[in-house]
Amino acid sequence: MTDDVGDLKAALRAAPPADPAARAEALRLALENFDRLQGSADPARLMTDRPMEGRGVLSGAFQMLKKLASRPVLAATTSAAALVAGMVIVLPLIDLGAVPGTAPKPVAVETTNESRQRIEEVPAEAEQLASPPVLVAPAPMAKAAPEGGAMTRMAAPEADAMLADAPMMEMAMEPVAAADPDMAAPPKENTEAFANAPTNPVKVTAEEPVSTFSIDVDTASYAMVRQSLNAGFLPDPASVRVEEMVNRFPYSYPAPAADEAFRPTVTVMPTPWNPGTRLVHIAIQGALPEVKARPPLNLVFLIDTSGSMDDPMKLPLLKQSLALVLPELRPEDQVAIVSYAGSAGQVLPPTPARDRAAILDALDRLAAGGSTAGAEGIALAYQVAQGMTAEGEVSRVLLATDGDFNVGMADPEALKGFIAREREAGIYLSVLGFGRGNLDDATMQALAQNGNGMAAYIDSLSEARKVLVDQLTGALFPIADNVKIQVEWNPVAVAEYRLIGYETRALRREDFNNDKVDAGDIGAGAQVTAIYEITAPGSPALLNDPLRYGAATPPTPGAELGFLRLRHVAPGETESRLQETPILPEMSAPGDEARFAVAMAGFGQLLTGATYLGGWGWSEAIALAQGARGEDAFGYRAEALGLMRLAEALDR
Amino acid sequence: MDMPPEPLGDDLLATAAAAGDRAAFSALIQRHYDRVQGLAWRLTGNPAEAQDLAQDIFAALPAKLRHWRAEARFSTWLYRVVVNAAHDLRRRQATRSKAADGWGDWELARQDEIVEERERLDWLTQAMARLSPELRDTVALVLGEDLTQAQAGEVLGLSEGTIAWRMAEVRKRLRLMAKEGAR
Repeated sequence: MTDDVGDLKAALRAAPPADPAARAEALRLALENFDRLQGSADPARLMTDRPMEGRGVLSGAFQMLKKLASRPVLAATTSAAALVAGMVIVLPLIDLGAVPGTAPKPVAVETTNESRQRIEEVPAEAEQLASPPVLVAPAPMAKAAPEGGAMTRMAAPEADAMLADAPMMEMAMEPVAAADPDMAAPPKENTEAFANAPTNPVKVTAEEPVSTFSIDVDTASYAMVRQSLNAGFLPDPASVRVEEMVNRFPYSYPAPAADEAFRPTVTVMPTPWNPGTRLVHIAIQGALPEVKARPPLNLVFLIDTSGSMDDPMKLPLLKQSLALVLPELRPEDQVAIVSYAGSAGQVLPPTPARDRAAILDALDRLAAGGSTAGAEGIALAYQVAQGMTAEGEVSRVLLATDGDFNVGMADPEALKGFIAREREAGIYLSVLGFGRGNLDDATMQALAQNGNGMAAYIDSLSEARKVLVDQLTGALFPIADNVKIQVEWNPVAVAEYRLIGYETRALRREDFNNDKVDAGDIGAGAQVTAIYEITAPGSPALLNDPLRYGAATPPTPGAELGFLRLRHVAPGETESRLQETPILPEMSAPGDEARFAVAMAGFGQLLTGATYLGGWGWSEAIALAQGARGEDAFGYRAEALGLMRLAEALDR
Repeated sequence: MDMPPEPLGDDLLATAAAAGDRAAFSALIQRHYDRVQGLAWRLTGNPAEAQDLAQDIFAALPAKLRHWRAEARFSTWLYRVVVNAAHDLRRRQATRSKAADGWGDWELARQDEIVEERERLDWLTQAMARLSPELRDTVALVLGEDLTQAQAGEVLGLSEGTIAWRMAEVRKRLRLMAKEGAR
């Protein structure tokens, strides 16, 4: 031990003494909440055999604490008015072991003037936080905003929306609270920003027959969920995007015909969690062009080497991950490396992949330090990529970061605009997230979506393998851009419907035919799954009563359920192509692939509050996934089962 | 027959408290308040914040304790609770103001804009401000709480190797700082 460490230790050991009044107050509060949780002040069971003097001391102390208390603690009245009156709902820490459904009621505590003041400041700050995305998506209909819809929704001016959304943004909230206005807490800031929006509600077909959204091939959400669960905590519900939980897995869906970019397959099946509804499982399989026939690939690794990357889970893992890519490349592919920290710099000029030693050497020399200048780095990376792109080649910038764009990106809007323009020029962007703490998931998502790429979160070398090696073709070679899905439901066959997941991907109905509106892309050989839960007219499971004055639509047995329209733009083209398929009512026994996808959708919903799952819980979800593991060549599904069991154990 | 009761271990007390034993809970929180407050101070560098944090933690403790499964030792579990609460606080503050009101943001503390501010910082604050939040957590546990690297790893959910690496990193930074100071 050097002297410096000894000094630091001595200085740290000398903690300022606890303030007795604060101590008493904290202890009293703890006991008060303990009693409320128990229902009654239960006499000590453990100690009943012990001599009374022990208890006397304890209860004496308690009496003393009671007297010391200067501020009254009020019982939880869970009334909305309480919030207005300056009450704080104290649930600050429940994220560590939060259990949907069983977590105790929050306790309302009147706080000091100082903290009351702090709470009052919060909405203004939250609005400030949310305001840049508003510029991005100026659509007044927040819930239908294309990208960054989540954030736009957060910025919605109505106080109600603010309150109802608060749990989604907050680490500390019990997920079910989203549905309970009484349990709303003031929103608070968090640098680990997640892109999410409230769970899609059940929609009435007669009122809104058309559902439009962009596909999503990101997988970041699953890896974040896994990281949380492995650390022993249920994930923040806001970090869970159900469609990413589903789409994270490879599925063997029917392959498209030779001249088609992808093929949709629709399966109608009974809903595992609700006998009164059915699920419509829409599977899209992308074509897998001959790997040998692929065009030469130009990769620019844009690497964040700012000080915050100085963590074994960040820069070192990043280097190892990128090293994994190299053996997958063909000799004529090219790699360049740009780093950004303080100032951006080209670490490795474009180098053919056959010169692996030079590339590895350059990777190895990267070291963390300085602050982040994300925008500058991105500009340089694109410039390098442009220089590398020859006719018929695919270029992609792989941005690896912990999502920290603190310095240099004064205007996120400008950065997004820049990426979108480059996308038009044929250079794609994928974002790899590393580490936790200041991971800016929302920015990552936004950048990848604007850059026609995917956002993945890398928490381990095996995840890096999956994203960069097993799925290299799909991750790096787009076969269809701007893929949008629109389903028109038939009111005589479907009275209500609900899209599971895709909250951040909603599009406005009219945007479906507007090729200017960007949407997700499908990589070579990739699969995308979307699941709707639908309710037939007259089903006991209907959530909305029919309108007294509405035009009654008599149920017609055997009618088409709906009509599926898919639009995509072939890479390099500007006009979109339309594919249409009717959704027929025939139910079929779902195969392993569809059942596993449904199990994952159930998993995601259980992690986000399970609003529509009724009594269907962990054991049912696990059994469903267990029975649908299929071949599982890479063991991904087995791993998911392990996570579900872990979540079940934590959710108790 | 009136032998004084042996003091019960934390884990037993916590199990009893989780099962609804009020006296056990009371004993447990009396025993641990100072430690929680101390760690909160080591993590935040601000006595007032540490006090608030400790109060928040204790208010939520009855609910959290229900999730205590005796898989980790109670003290480890409690440390984890404090570290996570401090992280939440840090995140909230990071957005609210980048000003160095706690141990500070080391990247910003390095900027010379706030020279006057820096002059007022004593050696500890300067040293801590030099460290990234991850390193600060690590020294708070290893040096401040005198945990072994394995124990600190358990609290932070990291491997012992990572903690060892971080401590080496801390030494490097401190040495650098000493060198700069001598200049």
